[in-house]
Amino acid sequence: MNPYALLFLVAGLGVIAWLTGRARAARFGAASKHRLHSLPGQHGLYVAMWTVIPALIFVVAWSIFTPSLATDAVLKAPQASALPMFGYERDAILNEVRARAAGGDYGFYPLAEQLAPVYLQASRFYGWLGTGLAILLAFACGAFAYTRVKADFRARTRVERTVMLALLVASLIAILTTLGIFLSLLFESLRFFAMVPITDFLFGTLWSPQVIDPADPGATLGAVPLFWGTFFIGAVIAMLVAIPFGLMSAIYLTQYARPAVRQWMKPLLEILAGVPTVVYGYFAALTVGPAIRDLAVSLGFTYASSESALSAGLVMGVMIIPFVSSMADDSIAAVPRAMRDGSLAMGATTSETIRRVLLPAALPGVVAGVLLAVSRAIGETMIVVMAASGAANITANPFESATTVTKQIVDLLTGEAEFDSPKTLAAFALGLTLFMITFLLNIVALRVVKKYREAYE
Amino acid sequence: MTQVDFAEAADVSAIPAQTEAAPKMSARGVNVFYGEKQAIRDVSIDVDMDNVTAFIGPSGCGKSTFLRTLNRMNDTVASARVEGEITLDGENIYDKSMDVVQLRARVGMVFQKPNPFPKSIYENVAYGPRIHGLARAKGDMDQIVERSLRRAGLWEEVKDRLNDSGTALSGGQQQRLCIARAIAVDPEVILMDEPCSALDPIATAKIEELIHELRGRYAIVIVTHNMQQAARVSQRTAFFHLGTLVEYGETDQIFTAPRQERTKDYITGRYG
Amino acid sequence: MQKRIRKRYRAERRFRAIGMGAVIVSAAFLFFLLATMIGNGAAGFMRTEVALPIDFKSAPLEVDRAQLGTRGADLALAGAGLENRVKTAATAAFGEKGDELIAENAWTAVRDAIKEDPNLLSQSAHIWVPASSELDAAADGGGEPELRARVQQLRDRGALQSGFNAGFLSRADSTDPTAVGIWGALKGSILTMLVTLLIAFPIGVLSAVYLEEYAPKNRWTDLIEVSINNLAAVPSIIFGLLGLAVFLGTLGLPSAAPLVGGLTLALMIMPVIVIAGRNAIKAVPPSIRDAALGIGASRVQVVFHHVLPLALPGILTGTIIGMARALGETAPLLLIGMRAFIVTPPGGVFDPATVLPVQIFLWSDEVSRGFIEKTSAAIIVLLAFLLAMNALAIYLRNKFETRW
Repeated sequence: MNPYALLFLVAGLGVIAWLTGRARAARFGAASKHRLHSLPGQHGLYVAMWTVIPALIFVVAWSIFTPSLATDAVLKAPQASALPMFGYERDAILNEVRARAAGGDYGFYPLAEQLAPVYLQASRFYGWLGTGLAILLAFACGAFAYTRVKADFRARTRVERTVMLALLVASLIAILTTLGIFLSLLFESLRFFAMVPITDFLFGTLWSPQVIDPADPGATLGAVPLFWGTFFIGAVIAMLVAIPFGLMSAIYLTQYARPAVRQWMKPLLEILAGVPTVVYGYFAALTVGPAIRDLAVSLGFTYASSESALSAGLVMGVMIIPFVSSMADDSIAAVPRAMRDGSLAMGATTSETIRRVLLPAALPGVVAGVLLAVSRAIGETMIVVMAASGAANITANPFESATTVTKQIVDLLTGEAEFDSPKTLAAFALGLTLFMITFLLNIVALRVVKKYREAYE
Repeated sequence: MTQVDFAEAADVSAIPAQTEAAPKMSARGVNVFYGEKQAIRDVSIDVDMDNVTAFIGPSGCGKSTFLRTLNRMNDTVASARVEGEITLDGENIYDKSMDVVQLRARVGMVFQKPNPFPKSIYENVAYGPRIHGLARAKGDMDQIVERSLRRAGLWEEVKDRLNDSGTALSGGQQQRLCIARAIAVDPEVILMDEPCSALDPIATAKIEELIHELRGRYAIVIVTHNMQQAARVSQRTAFFHLGTLVEYGETDQIFTAPRQERTKDYITGRYG
Repeated sequence: MQKRIRKRYRAERRFRAIGMGAVIVSAAFLFFLLATMIGNGAAGFMRTEVALPIDFKSAPLEVDRAQLGTRGADLALAGAGLENRVKTAATAAFGEKGDELIAENAWTAVRDAIKEDPNLLSQSAHIWVPASSELDAAADGGGEPELRARVQQLRDRGALQSGFNAGFLSRADSTDPTAVGIWGALKGSILTMLVTLLIAFPIGVLSAVYLEEYAPKNRWTDLIEVSINNLAAVPSIIFGLLGLAVFLGTLGLPSAAPLVGGLTLALMIMPVIVIAGRNAIKAVPPSIRDAALGIGASRVQVVFHHVLPLALPGILTGTIIGMARALGETAPLLLIGMRAFIVTPPGGVFDPATVLPVQIFLWSDEVSRGFIEKTSAAIIVLLAFLLAMNALAIYLRNKFETRW
């Protein structure tokens, strides 16, 4: 049965349950003298919850299992004896069976064409079976709940406990996601490291995933050029742009600018953070890259690339200015006014106050801001994908091209690669490395802020 | 300061024996802890329907804390722990079977700073009856709202603007709105935690007059740091000091002939 | 002493100037970026058209008039060889290689004109058809000199005009830059955003409520808080890897579907909503909660009847900001397969689709001048949407600012 229709049906049953539960409670309530514990509507909600929730859980679980049940039916069919026992071809045929049953009508395997109707029939059968069972469940639970509705029944407490449970479950999704990220990355990375020794990956200097030797895949999957590129573009060039501009902007806006100016300039800088990275990347590829190449050529670097590390790093730095500026702004503003006043009262100029008093005091916050900005920069993808190339060099020349971890993740996962090849799994290993490094940077940043902030409480 | 034997701290000998009705609420041997710190020490007291009871004492003596045990508002503080017995019509309100929500409808509270909901005047008063299911039909709710506003002495001033926001009223009016809100759920006891301390003298006078009118229909307990106010509005007064109940008796007697030394010192203004 | 003071004041002025310079340069970069995009993209919204003289009177088209009002009209006209007729008409009008001056799909413009007014089939008329991308480029001042001369010629004859390219907004992707449109990507974006909102908003708000109102102070709660703060800082591409491994791999959902894209983006912006929600809930004064509790409202009633309505503006602001971020995301969606060339807009959340930023990315690889215009134009559309969303968020924030 159409899943939407089933959902509507269950919802409709829920509404009916609510109405009947409420009516029953109202009857009891009219008869009783003193105050009811729960309103009739809450009794109704109680019945409705029992009707809808178990049925919904059942439907979700059933729909997860239906494909396997249908596949089992296919495997029991007489034609299935022609299937290979295991391996890539078997999976491909089975996938095609599923695709055909869903309505596609092209494919490579005649066997799949034969088996598809079996799958379709089986999945239809299980679909109807599941629908019937779900409705039965809804009725049974609803009836059970209905009988419990009495004058002294504490429906409101039950309903509210369910609501609290839902709140808890919603919060757990956050943990689930973090766990999911970590575990999935770890799992795939472990499969990768089974094929490629971890030392080759972490310390190898040749990155050339197009030419993987099946006997020794680790030889061309050394990630050091990627780490260097990520560091060079994200932590060096981008920061060389972002830190001075960000810090000086924050200083100007907090100490010198008139309130009217600050009111406009601050949001303007925030807009820099709101521009999508794909736009930055396009801009870098279209305008900045060629301009830098022309500059490099005029300076004497004849073989400069228009996809230089400088071009990507520059644009990335501009994007990160608001991050540094905002954290620095907050930290400087948090320094107690008394300190600033004390310095000015001694006859120091504003710039001296800033350089000698405010900045040192705000330093932990600024450092934390820089760390978070670095974390953002090395995790940035689109600017590098569009403005830099895939050339895995280890070079200190900003006019040459370099590549980063994020760009390689994108490149490795595009194309027809199978899911199990070292090429695809390398992407997960790179992802795991990236995740751990940004995680570490974030934790250090938080620790720095926490440790040094107490001084001013 | 002499060490008083806490077990006999509460001197209740001046109260005539209760012959008519049993007390509305009774506390026996109540201790309240916030974590490790003990805030209330072995307090026993009765509250009855016919008289307004005042809790007085210097700041920090625990009178508000004790007041909040009477409607279990201390439950909202995670580290609070209450020992002892407090009963409403004979039932222990800290018993597991007691529903806190219904308790708070029977024992209402008015706070120090007026806190009307940011809704219309009508909605402010109607909210309580709505969640407790007290109005079966639409007409009923209108009646409840009007009755509550009348009893709080606010009806004439707001009857033409029931849809205006509750927060647009003056301080004194807001507090009367909060009283109307508490009345609307038909309580048996009304607790007032320094209800006039944020109001000007005229508004204060109006509220004190209101308390006179409400006496007898509801058991009223009022916490106040203003001794003259306690003398004006209450018939029974309890003096708290450092978390213990020092003396409890008829208001006249407490203020003219206190039996405990500490009470006398406080009344005459030697500290506090 | 005087000299020293002068030196210090000079240093002061220098410092101040550097600060001001930093702000100005940053702002200037922003304007430079926007100006470049608008400059390149404005032309993308326009389209050059050529007046094509076509004569059906002397050489009628073999087509069944009755079909023209029905759905079979397109097929009928195509079957009657309309495309070739248009090409020959172009060669006749503009000389040899005349058919290169009009777009490949120019015949569809003639077809649509005929469908609108079947009487055209017995007349000789001038019909405006889209110009080819080379001519379009020449009309904008680029391209080869001989084409530019041609443009001038046609202009003098009154046979060339530039008009608003409404098709840009209503057509889907194509290989011909003059025929390309962003509707397919827009629809994909809308569907994906819908899924993202439906998943991230409830989970985010409910989590915020739980953490602020009900969570006991224990290690589990700390763990949840740490998770949320970390998730907010994880690079977006990692979510793409998660989507690939779990949604496409383990759960076997269809690749490039708005459902999967929406799920991935929902996980990404959920922490933003939680953090905004918590701040909004924290800002509700405790006196409101006390008042509600004092009346005998249960904890759930206090939150849902009193706290949430007051926190809602702040929550909405945070949600809109999160959605704006999701709208501009590209990398995670690339990993879940949205980088294919999709010609038909998606019908539902299970069909393969692409989103606007990914479309921009795909077009950015094309080097022809026509595509540069179109890419910039698409960027303008994207920025316009983001501007609208952020403006809405700021408006909400200002309107419902402080009440106490």
